Amino acid sequence: MNKVHHQHARRLSLWLLLTPFVLWIGLLVLLPHLQMLRVSFQVRESWDSVTWGLDQYAHFFTEPYYWRTFLRTGLMSLLTMILTLVVAFPIAWYIARLARGRARGWLFLACLIPFWASELVRTYGWMILLRESGVFSALLQWFGFAPTEMLYNDVAVVVGLVYNGLLFMVVPLVTTLDGLDESLVEAGYDLGGGHFTVMREIVVPWAMPGIVSGCIVVFMLTLGSYLTPTLMGGKDSAWFTQQIFTQFITRFNWEQGAALGILLLLLSSLMIWLGLRLTGQSLRKVMG
Amino acid sequence: MLTRFSKGALVAFSATLLSVAAVQVQAETLRLITWGGYAPDDVVAEFEKQTGIDVQITLSNNEDMISKLRATGGAGFDLAQPSQDRIVGVQRQFNIYQPIDYSRVKTAQLQDSMLKATREATALKGHAYGVPAVWGTSGLIVHDEVADQVKDYTDLCRPELAGHVSYRLKRPTLIGFAYAMGLDPFAAYADQDAYRDIMRQVEQRLIDCKSNVKTYWTGGDQLLSLLRTGEVKAAMAWDAGGWKLHAEDPSIHFVAPASGALGWIDTFAIPRRSENLDAAYQWINFVMQPEIAARITNSSGNFTASKGADEFVKAKLRDAYRDSFNAAALDNIKWYPPVPPGLEQTEGQVLDRIQAAQ
Repeated sequence: MNKVHHQHARRLSLWLLLTPFVLWIGLLVLLPHLQMLRVSFQVRESWDSVTWGLDQYAHFFTEPYYWRTFLRTGLMSLLTMILTLVVAFPIAWYIARLARGRARGWLFLACLIPFWASELVRTYGWMILLRESGVFSALLQWFGFAPTEMLYNDVAVVVGLVYNGLLFMVVPLVTTLDGLDESLVEAGYDLGGGHFTVMREIVVPWAMPGIVSGCIVVFMLTLGSYLTPTLMGGKDSAWFTQQIFTQFITRFNWEQGAALGILLLLLSSLMIWLGLRLTGQSLRKVMG
Repeated sequence: MLTRFSKGALVAFSATLLSVAAVQVQAETLRLITWGGYAPDDVVAEFEKQTGIDVQITLSNNEDMISKLRATGGAGFDLAQPSQDRIVGVQRQFNIYQPIDYSRVKTAQLQDSMLKATREATALKGHAYGVPAVWGTSGLIVHDEVADQVKDYTDLCRPELAGHVSYRLKRPTLIGFAYAMGLDPFAAYADQDAYRDIMRQVEQRLIDCKSNVKTYWTGGDQLLSLLRTGEVKAAMAWDAGGWKLHAEDPSIHFVAPASGALGWIDTFAIPRRSENLDAAYQWINFVMQPEIAARITNSSGNFTASKGADEFVKAKLRDAYRDSFNAAALDNIKWYPPVPPGLEQTEGQVLDRIQAAQ
């Protein structure tokens, strides 16, 4: 009798604990996406009648600016992801393996602090540095160069995006590198491996779950970012999220916006699947 | 243990709900969605003191207002301020507003010609959906250095100005350029094919002009900072921004372009599911008093539909206005007619192609 009661209570508490999560996923993720999927197949015949069809998806393939922006966003996100990895790896290595005691905590904090401010503030920070009347330009002028505009181009966008993704690459890398046994690295050298071989055969395979999870997070963040490409890219900042925003908000064309949103979701899912496949990782291992 | 906990939680939760409900019942509120500068703090404070109504302000723009109201079917706000050309088409399509009860508006406070124009422009099935509030124009903001080169929108594409030019990538730019190119887009509003043809020409022109542009500005503050620092020397922009800059730096002027400034009137419109009609009409009648309306002009830089407000406006602003508009330039203002449904789709594709062009 008592045991049954106990089991009951346990099940109830499990459900109570799960409720916020279920509500979150159901109401804020699943439901809106299903609605978006539905809207994306609606075709506006005139301003008060609607039928079903694939028109919006057809538009995506027939209007070159949609899929060009789509490709561009995907490729630039990939580039950002790779650059972030290249920049973050030495930092993570230093924090995890070389820094000791207090210095370690401080270094980690230094990576974290910029993220106490919002993305908007960080982006404006970059704009103050890079604009024609900004800090870098003033510095160059002081050395006798002409005023230069460093903002409003693709390089500026990538710089901003890498900066935004850095923390999300450093954290998983530090976590995995931290667990790497020093004796494994030593054994590598003892067996006659050079720096490169040890890196390739021991460090990278060990850190792979961290690398892949960092890459996935950074890629998703970049693909879905809106502020940085818009503000720092200026006139050439064609970014896919921007087009989705434009369709929904500026053009009142929810149907097209929904179709573009679904396509972006498909692209990101496909990229993650490909990434996991190519690196031979499973989602459980990477995220666990 | 568990049951006691959940009981406690339940009590706390319902208490929170009750207190939220109580707050909503206690204070009467007016939820206003409007443009920056149209509801200055001191005006709001005075209204709250006089009426006891709490005013909640959401800053917005035309597209955002329509999107927000469309998402809720006209709920969430008690009063909105869309431009008059964006009401009828939107109303037919999405049904987000309700007709204005003109018997509750103190029309004697409003300028007759503007009142008539707005009632006509927002009329649908025998009802008017807007009350004129604030008007202004789009034209050119120009630095003295380049003033002799920039007389019209298309002059922004002169190679001498490369890298020092800015405009928005929005419909006013398309229309301004069309006029400057000698076309008449408003006359083609009713004829989709003719309009599409005009837009095709404008698209090509703006793509060619893209390399000249520093960046497409997206917000008033961004534009002002670009002009203030001298990074941009000529821009297509609102008159109010130009006068604001002129007050800070006399070498910057707002100029009515040769092909005519583009005139808009922002209105008061009442969302279909407004929950406080009384407060909405009270606000309209309150802010259109000459002395209050002048304060809005002083804060936003835009003139209002209020009769007799001019004499309360800052002298500096009045002078700047006269400096920009002589009688001929005033006559030459092209007022936006109501946008028919479907037009924005054409424009949207043009704007997307310009944005994506390299």
